[in-house]
Amino acid sequence: MTEISTVGVCGAGTMGAGIAIVAARAGHRVVLYDTKTETLERAATQTAGFFGKSVERGKLTQEQVDGFLGAYTRTTDINALADCDLVIEAVFENLVVKRELFGKLNGICPAHTIFASNTSTLSITEIAGGCGREDRVVGMHFCLPAQLMKLVEMSPGLNTSPDSFRTAWAFCEALGQRPVRTKDSPGFVLNYFLVPFNNDVIRMVEAGVAEPADIDRAIKAGLGYKMGPCELLDLIGLDTQVLLCEAFYDVTHDARCAAPPLLKRMVAAGHLGRKSGRGFFQYDKDAMFGG
Amino acid sequence: MNTFQIIDAGESRSFPLGDPFRDAAGDSGDILVFLGAGATAAYRPDASKTAILVELGTECLGVATGESRGEEGSNALGVARFRLGDGEPSDLIELVRQPATDPKALDAAKALLEGAGFQVSVCADFAGRILDRLIRPYYNEALAKLDEGLASASDMDLTVKLGLGYPEGPIELLERTGLHHHHDVTQALFEVYGTKHYAPARRAKVAKQRSEQGS
Repeated sequence: MTEISTVGVCGAGTMGAGIAIVAARAGHRVVLYDTKTETLERAATQTAGFFGKSVERGKLTQEQVDGFLGAYTRTTDINALADCDLVIEAVFENLVVKRELFGKLNGICPAHTIFASNTSTLSITEIAGGCGREDRVVGMHFCLPAQLMKLVEMSPGLNTSPDSFRTAWAFCEALGQRPVRTKDSPGFVLNYFLVPFNNDVIRMVEAGVAEPADIDRAIKAGLGYKMGPCELLDLIGLDTQVLLCEAFYDVTHDARCAAPPLLKRMVAAGHLGRKSGRGFFQYDKDAMFGG
Repeated sequence: MNTFQIIDAGESRSFPLGDPFRDAAGDSGDILVFLGAGATAAYRPDASKTAILVELGTECLGVATGESRGEEGSNALGVARFRLGDGEPSDLIELVRQPATDPKALDAAKALLEGAGFQVSVCADFAGRILDRLIRPYYNEALAKLDEGLASASDMDLTVKLGLGYPEGPIELLERTGLHHHHDVTQALFEVYGTKHYAPARRAKVAKQRSEQGS
């Protein structure tokens, strides 16, 4: 098995920044890549804040954090990923974008580098197709917020080699995560259940069956869930839910996966959830979870 | 604080005999509570009451009160304490209102139930209310995906527990509370809504057949 030392993360949004924290915290050299400087700067601020809170809470020492950050670089130059043993992409949930990225990386990274996709809806086999190393592409879907959540859904594509999958699995366990194996099937386990479920919730609000607060209360009190679906949608981002719907509906053609009209209207109105301060509920913070 | 009287009309899933809620009931009261499987049939309008609560199963409150032009509503409200199959009743009460339900009746019913320690979610009068309407498709999909080998039952359960913070995965939950009960609820919703996601999954049908033959 390949030894994973340096980890690349493509995409410095909420998910990518969280994955980079997980890798850095496990002692890996980390290269966080994004095409936008401002996205990298936001990730840097959030990462510093997260590690700062970890020190305040006694989970990490300042020396440990200094060590992590000393081995953590951010870049807008994709060629800086050339020394990575494993690259995890957490970019826009779009098949063409992801395939182009892996195609580019194939020309930059050494032959042993494993490519992992954090896709939550797309086929690993399709993402890997034509990239030039289909046997070294795996699905590695982290959950939000990645720096706190232990679960990783891991899926081999049709052409993924057993050795690549074993290496990625061992890497994931070494991060302190808990991998579960799923088929390369739309949405894997989590989103296969969650995307249509959340759409049903939105349709329920739209149909006037119940208010968001009543739905959330019912789910939490009746089923013991920690978070109601409307709170969760606000956390995920309603614009992200639209993207998930589009990606998911494209491959399933299941009416429950199509974006509900209310969701589209809310996004058009700028009601994106926590990130915009208003979704199903109102918010006034933009801090990263945990620490 | 309103006083209330219980009128039993069969076995109640929401407030079975011995439930503490029953202890606070009197021989009369300004709120009437019809409980049991026959509650909708036993319901009689009484405008002198502040509110009348009618326990619901999978049926709508309109079965008791009647419906007309989408303008129905009175002092009657539906009440259902969420409970999965053989599991214990939860702390959640789904309180069902109609388009023209008297706001005073709604407030009084909510105050009574919250005062008894329940969480109350208000919803409109649709089969399945909030929870059954949302979760039955999820359970059917989980059972179907187990058949298709998406993941093992253990991994599927672990995934939703770790990934979504659910206290139980769908497979272990359905096995604990009785898969045949899930069949009955989702079959009833399938008959109302007619969409495939409410159609009982194969494993639920098998469990139902086994329960019918006494296995």
